[in-house]
Amino acid sequence: METLWVILIYLGGLLAFAMGSKIFFRGTSADYFVASRSIGPFMLLMSVFGTTMTAFALVGSTGKSFELGVGTYGLMASSSGLIHAACFFVIGIRLWAIGKRHGYVTQIQFFRERFQSSGFGYLLFPILVMLVVPYLLIGVIGASKTIMGVTAAKVTPKGTIPGLFPEAFEATNGGIPPAITGAVICLVVLCYIFAGGSRAAAWANTFQTLVFMAMGVLAFVLISNKLGGLGGAIEQVKESHLVRTPSEGAGVPPITFLTYMFIPLSVGMFPHLFQHWLTAKSAKSFKLTVVAHPICIMIVWVPCVLIGLWATGKLPEGTPPAAVLAKMVGMLVKDPVIVGLVISGVLAAIMSSLDSQFLCLGTMFTNDVVLHNSKKKYADKTILLIARSFVVFIVVLTYILSLILINQNVFDLAVWSFSGFAALTPLVIAALYWKRANRMGAFACVIATTVTWFTFFAMSGWGGEYTVLGGVMPVAICWLAGAVGMVIGSLATPAPDEATVEKFFPKL
Amino acid sequence: MKKSTLIFLIVFIVLGVLHQDVWNWDNANLVFGFMPVGLAYHAAYSLVAATFWAVVLRLAWPHKLEEWADGGD
Repeated sequence: METLWVILIYLGGLLAFAMGSKIFFRGTSADYFVASRSIGPFMLLMSVFGTTMTAFALVGSTGKSFELGVGTYGLMASSSGLIHAACFFVIGIRLWAIGKRHGYVTQIQFFRERFQSSGFGYLLFPILVMLVVPYLLIGVIGASKTIMGVTAAKVTPKGTIPGLFPEAFEATNGGIPPAITGAVICLVVLCYIFAGGSRAAAWANTFQTLVFMAMGVLAFVLISNKLGGLGGAIEQVKESHLVRTPSEGAGVPPITFLTYMFIPLSVGMFPHLFQHWLTAKSAKSFKLTVVAHPICIMIVWVPCVLIGLWATGKLPEGTPPAAVLAKMVGMLVKDPVIVGLVISGVLAAIMSSLDSQFLCLGTMFTNDVVLHNSKKKYADKTILLIARSFVVFIVVLTYILSLILINQNVFDLAVWSFSGFAALTPLVIAALYWKRANRMGAFACVIATTVTWFTFFAMSGWGGEYTVLGGVMPVAICWLAGAVGMVIGSLATPAPDEATVEKFFPKL
Repeated sequence: MKKSTLIFLIVFIVLGVLHQDVWNWDNANLVFGFMPVGLAYHAAYSLVAATFWAVVLRLAWPHKLEEWADGGD
């Protein structure tokens, strides 16, 4: 029961902290969408880092390391350190500058004007929504499964540990059912996003990021102590997991390791990250994010990868990857308060992404669909109401979908979502750095990317692990298709007019 | 392309190549008695990446872009 109290106190604290941002809320749509472009360096770092680290950060990294071994860090973390920072510097700062200069609040507004095409927005909008929704589901399903795993009855060599609510939730072995966890998480996030928008998300993310970083380290220290210290813990690891050479189901083929480097490019096209970038007070706010992001990744991922490795000597081979962290904590750290703290950390990692995604979908719907080309002049209060209503709709939809798809392997779905965004980066790179890029190139890029992505997604059985040509990640081919589409489409048709070039390519 | 931009681009590509560390693929040795080489190398790589970006920011910060964003010409 103490575990549940700790989680409830965490959720209450989060809500109180995030709602505190309401004091600074100016009541305008600009404040709701991009916090009046007033976020400083530390909060920008925390919100960008918190947003990019999903359930994958604590739960997924541990599970993948349990599955693949030591290669997990290089596969997903160190490459992200280099490439995420590159995206922030090369794409983020320039988009922030253009967004500030021309008053954009969504990606689609920028692309529409850059490529002089209203229709392009209608093509891109459903694609971005389609890619964000699985990302949202990863959060809600991941949280629900983690909470259920920790609170349900466990069979250990010493006997059965009863679940937290054996009578109330008999069907889930005493564990809290996904319907309740999902509802609580969605409701908490909805409360502060509804009230404070982008500023509340930034405040909440700062709180959540600090919590999940601290809790990851706490879990690491406690588990390693229980396993006889760092030296003792590593002795229990399966040998196949200490190297990257594929054997016994572990390891990573070199070509997969190489082509996985395309995945972190996804941050260049995440619409929710675009919105966070626009909240920055100045370009200088980005400096801390660019430099500290690789270090923050290291602080979170190294302990989690080690826990996953240690788990190979403790848990049976068939253990679901998503359950590894919860099982290690539940088995080795029996103190219910500590278990509650670690679970709060997992929830923090998950919710720090959810809030930005809910908000960005509301922002996109309001600005790119309702307000775009609207003949009616909306009052600012009405714009806020539309955005908030759509946020509520998206939260309810996500909750219902999470219950329907509760048995999906959410982490496999995550890679497909990231792949889709990553494969779209030729679009934003060309828009920012290639004056010759034009409307036809943009259409060709998005269509080529979407067609190849859908083809591979279908071939994977709609979301399973899948590689082509002996280990190549599909994202590499989708990215190439998009880049080729952009180049051919642009060169085959007239260049953009001079006014557009002048507007987006300042002579610096 | 400016000379500094070209140098940073080359260093970035070199970092991309170093990320592949083929020489560590089969190495199961431990660093400090608890960290597998494959993990220690990439943890150090994260620090190198942070250092690289710190140098880039110091030497190639887009001052004029910031002025332009604020409404200057």
